[in-house]
Amino acid sequence: MHAPVVTTGRDLRLDLFRGIALWLIFLDHIPSNVVSWITIRNYGFSDATEIFIFISGYTAAFVYGRAMRERGIVVAGARILRRAWQIYVAHIFLFTIYMAEISYVATSFENPLYAEEMNILDFLKQPDITIVQALLLKFKPVHMDVLPLYIILLLLFPPILWLLLRWPTLALGTSLALYVAVWQFSLNLPAYPEGTWFFNPLAWQLLFVFGAWCAVGGAKRLAPLARSPATLVIAVLYLVFAFVIALSWYLPEQISFVPHWLEDLIYPIDKTNLDVLRFAHFLALAVLTVRFVPRDWPMLGSWMLYPAILCGQHSLEIFCLGVFLAFAGHFALVEISGALWMQVVISIVGIAAMIATAALITWYKDLEGRSPGSRAKSPNADLAGGEA
Amino acid sequence: MRAIIAVALAASALAGPALAVDPPSCAVPDNLLFVDNNLTRVETAAGKQHQLTISVLGTGSSTLAGTEGPSLAYPARLEAALNQRLSKVTVKVSTRTKIGQTADIMRRSMKDLLVGEKPDLVIWQTGTVDAIRRVELDEFRAALDDGVEALQAGGSDVMLMNMQYSPRTESMIPVGPYVEEMRAVAQQRGVPLFDRFAIMRYWSDEGAFDFYAAGKDNGLAQRVHDCLGRAIGALVIEDGHLQPFVNKASQ
Repeated sequence: MHAPVVTTGRDLRLDLFRGIALWLIFLDHIPSNVVSWITIRNYGFSDATEIFIFISGYTAAFVYGRAMRERGIVVAGARILRRAWQIYVAHIFLFTIYMAEISYVATSFENPLYAEEMNILDFLKQPDITIVQALLLKFKPVHMDVLPLYIILLLLFPPILWLLLRWPTLALGTSLALYVAVWQFSLNLPAYPEGTWFFNPLAWQLLFVFGAWCAVGGAKRLAPLARSPATLVIAVLYLVFAFVIALSWYLPEQISFVPHWLEDLIYPIDKTNLDVLRFAHFLALAVLTVRFVPRDWPMLGSWMLYPAILCGQHSLEIFCLGVFLAFAGHFALVEISGALWMQVVISIVGIAAMIATAALITWYKDLEGRSPGSRAKSPNADLAGGEA
Repeated sequence: MRAIIAVALAASALAGPALAVDPPSCAVPDNLLFVDNNLTRVETAAGKQHQLTISVLGTGSSTLAGTEGPSLAYPARLEAALNQRLSKVTVKVSTRTKIGQTADIMRRSMKDLLVGEKPDLVIWQTGTVDAIRRVELDEFRAALDDGVEALQAGGSDVMLMNMQYSPRTESMIPVGPYVEEMRAVAQQRGVPLFDRFAIMRYWSDEGAFDFYAAGKDNGLAQRVHDCLGRAIGALVIEDGHLQPFVNKASQ
């Protein structure tokens, strides 16, 4: 099999970091979870979402780029759209679970202190509107914003990938132009009941396309720059700066050391539109990662990192499971105990469940791969996490 | 009797051990409450004219249900606490609460308030509805900025108050970013923020209240509002640089 542009061979680092990102997203999605202190969002501007979207873009280009070159845009495009459909179904499944949880809460929660908060349940009073809006991806409950973003990114991906394979620089430039236009003209998709998407797909596409661009040869072009000592110094300085700023979020205001002019300059750090500070923070992390975690890093083969790699290889299933586990974990915290030890237990049990599920899925795939009559498994079919 | 308890507890909130009285100690550490802001209008009104008018502009969480509700909710408790602690000042707290209002809707009703009442201090409680409806953060922030500006231009001091800590609805209402936004606006505009979210979270962590409770416990809601009223009172006194009357009645 010959792949002229796409880097060949499985890059386990992608699986590893996507797996870790999935764990961090799970931890961050459990409200008031003490364990979420270890996640990267507390130490800088960007968080696990950036890692997840970047790697998803990278693997999408990797998997479908090959398909597009070998079998043409129609076949590759069809496969991308099928993937988008799978994610849509997964999202609606999660929405059903959310509705079950919120309905349960609606019937049991009558603390007069929270009369106002109970208005969240108003959505239940008009299921005709709410459910239709959810199907249209306009109504998105909390923590259910990432999959709709992913769906839109995949829907837009066939032409982008086509362009990436021919004129990668032009494709990246177009993506950047759209990003700039978003900031210039405040473009976003409408949401229900009001406002716009929490993760603006028109802005976040930049990270996805950048990941895809890296996969089709961009990483090689960037390598000299990424490995230069000057870049390393800048990246480290920026990470330290972000860390210091992040530190100021957790100190009482009385001892605030961030000067006002700087606050005016950097705030608000806009997650919805993928703030430049966040993007730069992700790039700085990436520079450090490619420098200190080489592709042939021996640890990648060790049993210690295997669980994360396993999760990263089944990202859609494990992501959805993580969203569900975060709901369930919060439910347990409310109904059983919100104590510190309970938060730790739920975090550990949740990650263990993600690993076990990933192992189970791998087992199923092996089973299918071996069973007679099934499609012959091409050596690279599971490359970088099976489908993107 | 209630007033005496209120004073005793308010005093114990600043220093000394909790008294062995029914409401649990809901002392608030200084660093959660005070940020060195100045309520100049409050200082003048209370210090020189010996009267202070406060208006609470809020939504559903600024009141309690039932006929007795308003008199047990935090605005009334604040009035009681301030009148007790500032014996030489007549304090009046009025309320303008309407459930289900976003910051932007509330901002539009400010004109009436400023023309009609001209309060010395407006306590603007907001954010919950915005978080429920997931109003865009930019818009939320713009509404806060405009609102604070309008109130200040109208001659009132402003205090912002953010959301309640509500563990049961935490996975459904994304209060976090809205809490942050309010802190940022308060800091940049130099207005005090009554960080209800952090304070209630602290009470929860300390075991002062069980906010996980789902049942219809009116007592809990009343005690919480009583504590909120007194804590806000302490903040008004601190930032207005007022001299609280030292009460010996608790002895």
